[in-house]
Amino acid sequence: MKDRIRNVLGAHGRLPVSVDALDDDANLYSAGMTSHASVNVMLALEEEFDVEFPDAMLTRNAFESIDSIATSLVTLGVA
Amino acid sequence: MTRLLSLAKALLDRALAVPERRRRRAFEVGLDVVEVEAVEAALRSRSSVRYLELVYSRQERADSTDDAGRIEASRLAARFAAKEAVMKALGAQDLPWRSIEVLRAADGRPSVRLTGRAAAWAAHEGLRRFSISLTHEPTFAAAVAVVTA
Repeated sequence: MKDRIRNVLGAHGRLPVSVDALDDDANLYSAGMTSHASVNVMLALEEEFDVEFPDAMLTRNAFESIDSIATSLVTLGVA
Repeated sequence: MTRLLSLAKALLDRALAVPERRRRRAFEVGLDVVEVEAVEAALRSRSSVRYLELVYSRQERADSTDDAGRIEASRLAARFAAKEAVMKALGAQDLPWRSIEVLRAADGRPSVRLTGRAAAWAAHEGLRRFSISLTHEPTFAAAVAVVTA
């Protein structure tokens, strides 16, 4: 799952650094991801994993690291 | 003479003194910049409808549409920047984008309307008045928000 998340971040996160250089718990906002890029990432994750994030999960914290994104996806039933 | 000056200064300091909490909340400022290309990418995606409905109100979408019916990404980017600027001024980063709405008066001046969680948060913080300014160029849009009690 985390490899797929990394692919989405690489394509849509607009990060100024390589996603490969980031640890799973690295803060993506500190790494340069903007608020709007987090929206682009969220939309791409919904397509990639065929899920829809409910409003309650659309928080800054839910997308702040690869680990937190994975946790959110697991909550939505992604294996 | 020196004593008189000291006394006058002390009286002036006292007259100007504002309780710490009020001074801290007298006004708050937020600023944000958005890449127009990031908005264009969302509009190009298969989730473009979801993006528009998740982030922007019906009125905001109408205000960002040109006379030919095309949505202008730069106008949306300016509105997204304004929402983020308001969030920063409010000191809250996790408010739903739709709960902060950017309106445009007949004379073109923008204003803000809060609903739901954003309105509740602002009321809790005692912040009632909002002033925003938007700008956009082909590549970037930006907004400043000033929030006062």
